[in-house]
Amino acid sequence: MLNIIWMGMLATGILVAAFNGNIEVITPAALDAARQAVEVCFDLVGIMALWLGIMKIAEKGGLIQSIARLLKPLMRRLFPSIPPDHPAMGAIILNLSANMLGLGNAATPFGMKAMQEMQKLNQQKDEASTAMCTFLALNTSCITLIPATIIGVRVSFGSSNPTEIVGACIFATLCATIVAISLDYWFRTHSPWREKR
Amino acid sequence: MFPAILTTVSVWAIPFLLLVIPVYGFFRQVPVYEAFVEGAEEGFITAVKIIPFLVGMLVAIAVFRSSGAMDLLIQAFQPLLTLIGAPAEVLPLAIMRPLSGSGSLGLATELMKYYGPDSMIGRMASVMQGTTDTTFFVLTVYFGSVGIKKSRYALITGLSADVAGLLASIYICNLLFNSL
Repeated sequence: MLNIIWMGMLATGILVAAFNGNIEVITPAALDAARQAVEVCFDLVGIMALWLGIMKIAEKGGLIQSIARLLKPLMRRLFPSIPPDHPAMGAIILNLSANMLGLGNAATPFGMKAMQEMQKLNQQKDEASTAMCTFLALNTSCITLIPATIIGVRVSFGSSNPTEIVGACIFATLCATIVAISLDYWFRTHSPWREKR
Repeated sequence: MFPAILTTVSVWAIPFLLLVIPVYGFFRQVPVYEAFVEGAEEGFITAVKIIPFLVGMLVAIAVFRSSGAMDLLIQAFQPLLTLIGAPAEVLPLAIMRPLSGSGSLGLATELMKYYGPDSMIGRMASVMQGTTDTTFFVLTVYFGSVGIKKSRYALITGLSADVAGLLASIYICNLLFNSL
């Protein structure tokens, strides 16, 4: 899936540029993007180190496991393949809560922690497990209570009511989340991709 | 009232976590500093591990965008969006949203600068930007961090949720803001 899309974007891009006679834009675009990707990761280094450090303290103190126990009934339905008291559950909950609060900085490291924990349970190390797919679906469509960045942009352009869009955002993300959860459920129970083990 | 509470929560959340977790760990007899350093090291390694995945993804997206292929895609979708009651101006944003967070934020900012944040287009852009996450970025970074190369159905689910979110944004904006 990703293979086709990745190659498709590159190939159509280059062919369209050749056809339009502006092939010269490809090289700087590609090189710039490569440099930017590393910059993004470097920006992440400090933040990741900080939050995974804090996470480790919480984990060793047993906080992550307690949080997981708190939301057990809901989480067990969403992630039947993860043992209810597994640290992965705690990390998933922290990631989703950070997302809801619009704390993108904290959300990404918690998400990675959740992925690492789920990878420990994964049988085929190079293939996404069912739990990972569910997590990703929830994560990309997650309800955002505070779209902080966009409120900031609205303020900077002198909006008379910068936060008027919050309700609409919550409605729209709710729709996205419902579609994500339903579709993920269908995929993992009825599609050809369902768990064969 | 509600937004004020939310803003306060987001300002306090991080200092709160930075205070409560180490203090909690300390009282649970965790060697807090050692534990922090141990975790931070993992964080560092993870961030570096993502680099190849992100380079691959960002390069493909940049080539697709700069070549004009993205514009062709937008033109192909144009009639469909007019049909469901969205102004054509928001279409590039809708297509960019799952691909690139900074790209779509740039587009949303441009729309608001040009049409004003309180116009229909400005509001729709705000809701679209605030609704879904950058599916490709999340997929690349999260799966990349643990070395997952086969994503199974995760991308289809993520993109379908994005489409649902975008359609819902258009619907709710027409409903809420049309009379204003």
